[in-house]
Amino acid sequence: MSASTSGEIEPARLNQESLRVQGAREQWMLLSLAAPAVVAVVAVIVIPVGWLFYLSFIGSDGQPTLEHYQKMIEYKSYARVFVTTFEVSILTTLLCILIGYPLAYFLAMLPPRLAGFFMLAVLLPFWTSLLVRTYAWLVLLQKNGILNDFAISVGLWENPIKLVHNMTGTLIGMAHIMLPFLVLPLYGSMRKIERDMMHAAANLGASPAQTFWKVFFPLSLSGMVAGSLIVFVLCLGFYVTPAVLGGGRVVMVATQITAILENQFDWGAASALGVVLLVATLVILVVVTRLFKLDAALFGKH
Amino acid sequence: MLLLVIPTFIVIPMSFSDSQYLEFPPEVWSLRWYTVYLESSKWMRATVTSVQVGILTMLVATPLGTMAAYALFVSGHRAARAIFAFLITPMIVPVILIAIGAFYAFGRVGLNNTITGLVLAHTVLAAPLVMIVITAALRTYDLNQERVARSLGATRVKAFFVITLPQIKFSIVTCALLSFLTSFDEVIIAIFVSGGSNATLTKHMFAALRDFIDPTIAAISTIMILVSTTLLLATQFIGKREKQD
Repeated sequence: MSASTSGEIEPARLNQESLRVQGAREQWMLLSLAAPAVVAVVAVIVIPVGWLFYLSFIGSDGQPTLEHYQKMIEYKSYARVFVTTFEVSILTTLLCILIGYPLAYFLAMLPPRLAGFFMLAVLLPFWTSLLVRTYAWLVLLQKNGILNDFAISVGLWENPIKLVHNMTGTLIGMAHIMLPFLVLPLYGSMRKIERDMMHAAANLGASPAQTFWKVFFPLSLSGMVAGSLIVFVLCLGFYVTPAVLGGGRVVMVATQITAILENQFDWGAASALGVVLLVATLVILVVVTRLFKLDAALFGKH
Repeated sequence: MLLLVIPTFIVIPMSFSDSQYLEFPPEVWSLRWYTVYLESSKWMRATVTSVQVGILTMLVATPLGTMAAYALFVSGHRAARAIFAFLITPMIVPVILIAIGAFYAFGRVGLNNTITGLVLAHTVLAAPLVMIVITAALRTYDLNQERVARSLGATRVKAFFVITLPQIKFSIVTCALLSFLTSFDEVIIAIFVSGGSNATLTKHMFAALRDFIDPTIAAISTIMILVSTTLLLATQFIGKREKQD
């Protein structure tokens, strides 16, 4: 391969050049395999969402305007929708952490084989239709539903209380639906924690509580933040569960968008809300990811 | 732990009740609501549509996502990372926005209420999942095997089909099942984009849920749970097989 005499330099360079060209061509051929997927995303996401973006700046008279965005700031009803959306999202995320953290911890402490079995219990709801799970909660939480019957027979409360078609029902249903999104990344990060570290801490005289809070908890934090972020962002745009379990009383951004389209057919206002939802989602994703350096936990290594 | 599973499964016994109302435990057991479901032309047509769209989505999204994942993983091009990020945006954009956007844009080109439009939209939702699973599979796979095959005279295409494909086939089957389920269970896009005689099962179910508690839904839900449980167990089984290989 070495060009020891001057006569061989020229062919070697030529060879190198053509190899480079060939390599580049092959890379392009390879990349073109991704083209159909790119075209599909452009057709379904880029063009339609771009179109909505454009519509959000067009008034009912067809002139460019900011009225749809101004309305959002001026009208109290919009403010209420945003407050409800954030309230539901934050509370759902907190509920998920409260239930999900001990659950993930329990799973992570089990021997892998057993954990795999219990994992099915987390995965099964994950694979079951969202609509079916929402329906199941609707049934459970009814006024003469199982939960009320049970609570009354045990003596928790005396008269059936309203658990559904309100905030309570929405939160219960959403927390149940979102739980796997928190548990899966959290479990992943807990599994990666070396047991030796905890043994070492115990060896050095830390109590079990100290070992947990000073060693285990900080190490599991990245998984928890990643999971909470996913849950929070998914909650922001959630439609089905609040629409069904909220019974019209829990109006979130997504429900408001459909209401505007169904009742007023106002594409400008609906698009503007959609744009705000998208921007909020992206900002939260980027800020939290940067803040906690979550790239690896969220997207894996590329 | 049980709390995670029970709320979903509670609809199963209820679906076998004879009562007009949902009761637990049912006083009289019967298949009444299954008969209602099977005899209703509305529900049957919706089921056929959903299965049809699910299978088509599976057939489109799986190769599409696999091709993209393979290309981006192998090429090592500077742009590969950016393209990957672009292709998984459907997971980040709120589905409601995709739904109304597609509804508006499809309306302009006559794709609303068509199977094609719905399959296209569902494909875009399912492809990122396929890409993630396939990329993960390729990461554990030694690409040098393909290089060896090519140095022995195989073309790139042949090397992929003879050497790589058989080794990631289980992941591809998992992706296919995932794609089917993504489409089959999808509600929001279906509400907007599907309609008329091409309305999906989920669209009708959602409409029924908003209005009243219809025990037929319990029967349909039971069937849907059965479908997803079977598919989940299938992937678990496939995963075990893959590890053994």
